[in-house]
Amino acid sequence: MEMLELISQPLVKIKDLYAGYNHETVLFDIDLTIEKGDFIGLIGPNGGGKTTLLKVMLGLIKPQRGTVQVMGDSPERGRSHIGYVPQLAEYDATFPISVRDVVRMGRLSNQRLFKPYSKEDDVIVSERLAWVDMLEHQDRALRELSGGQRQRVYIARALTTDPKLLVLDEPTISVDIEASALIYDLLYRVNQGGVTVFLVTHDLNVISSYVKTIGCLNRRLHYHGEKQVTDEMLRATYGCPVDLIAHGLPHRVLAEHEGQH
Amino acid sequence: MSELLSYSFMQNALIAGVLVSLACGVIGTLVVLKRMVFIAGGVAHTAYGGVGMAFYFGINPILGAVTFSLLASFLMGYVQRQTRQRQDTLIGVMWAIGMAVGIIFADMTPGYKADLMSYLFGSILAVTQVDLWMMLGVNILVISLVVLFYKELQATAFDETYARVRNLPVDLLYLMLITMIGLAVVMLMRVVGLIMIIALLTVPAAIGSLFLKHMKHIMLLATALSLVFTTGGLIISFFFNLTSGATIILISGVTYLAALVIHKHCQRCPE
Repeated sequence: MEMLELISQPLVKIKDLYAGYNHETVLFDIDLTIEKGDFIGLIGPNGGGKTTLLKVMLGLIKPQRGTVQVMGDSPERGRSHIGYVPQLAEYDATFPISVRDVVRMGRLSNQRLFKPYSKEDDVIVSERLAWVDMLEHQDRALRELSGGQRQRVYIARALTTDPKLLVLDEPTISVDIEASALIYDLLYRVNQGGVTVFLVTHDLNVISSYVKTIGCLNRRLHYHGEKQVTDEMLRATYGCPVDLIAHGLPHRVLAEHEGQH
Repeated sequence: MSELLSYSFMQNALIAGVLVSLACGVIGTLVVLKRMVFIAGGVAHTAYGGVGMAFYFGINPILGAVTFSLLASFLMGYVQRQTRQRQDTLIGVMWAIGMAVGIIFADMTPGYKADLMSYLFGSILAVTQVDLWMMLGVNILVISLVVLFYKELQATAFDETYARVRNLPVDLLYLMLITMIGLAVVMLMRVVGLIMIIALLTVPAAIGSLFLKHMKHIMLLATALSLVFTTGGLIISFFFNLTSGATIILISGVTYLAALVIHKHCQRCPE
């Protein structure tokens, strides 16, 4: 078993990827390997292709060039091992659905089209709700919840499939600082439990010190599997020097300004 | 009242009201939650092209309506899913072309054409035994499919992308839903007329989704509300000699506005 673990391939392997919509290319020449156990934070401006990259990994859009492997398989097959936490949508704020029903959705798949939810599903759903501290809210309507609570519900839903990789799109957007700290605590625990975490965000302020490695994405990816963001990476990503410390980014994450390069 | 029930056309109309309400409650809820109101309206109006052509060629108008309605459903469903821009424009254009085709063919049809009006404004009192059997068939089909795929339909209505990542047959489910919409539209056309179909398809479900959080409860409430609207409208229109379709729609419209006001003013509505 240990041997298998040792020789197991990376969770996601992307090579020479170009991707976009119709004839427009958004992502250029992307190489990305997601290793087991990592906690990756990818930052980049809006329109820089963060969501596009997630969609390619999830098999929702096809690459224009290059290859994408998820668990050594095509994204369409490999994605069953990915827990996907989408960005909060405005529409959720009106949709009539209970918290528990949202989380149960994670148990659906093409394998069980005609089977109703089972006892086992119920046990798993309750457990995941408890993990994200939302069990007491399970009978409430999703639209009554705050943004941070809704995000935790989506994380619970993603965890019902026991994913190997948790993928989050802007998990702290429209969430206040306290709530986003809760979310990062939760992700830290998830990661400690052996689930690899990959999140993208445009908000430099919320990249937490919990992340193990950081990358920058603006159409091109700057990621070296390290926890340091150099001035160079930021300049390449944002097109201008960005002072991160002034924005409250934990300084541990940053390379020293002096003595670099 | 007993005088009312002694007419066989009235009995048919009341049965039609029940059957239509079931379809409205179930399909309408999915239309509202999946935000397909505009498509449903487009399908309804395009179907008029089929009615006009059926009149011209001397075939059963329902057959023409079903054919056009399903074609329009597939076309609009395709447009909505494939094109990234201007989908509302394209649907609007198809909507208008369908109507125009219907009117031109009606123009070219010789003879008395008053019956064409009944497809525009509905005539629940003219519902025949055959219509009732057709409605029953549509209801059985629609309700069985929704019961069978309830959790998947709910998942795709709430978050289609997530459903796709879970490998649910999202496109097949969409095709199934839009077919059901096409069939429901033809059914409703007999009762309220195609111009007012959207109201009966959306108002009951919209009221339900204001106050309830479970999709099946919304479906049940929407069915009950449609039943109240159609039966109430029918009775009022009978006694005041009004157009039944319009009366039904006015009652639902006023109820919807009242529901909006009530919802706005009760902060802690029971969910």
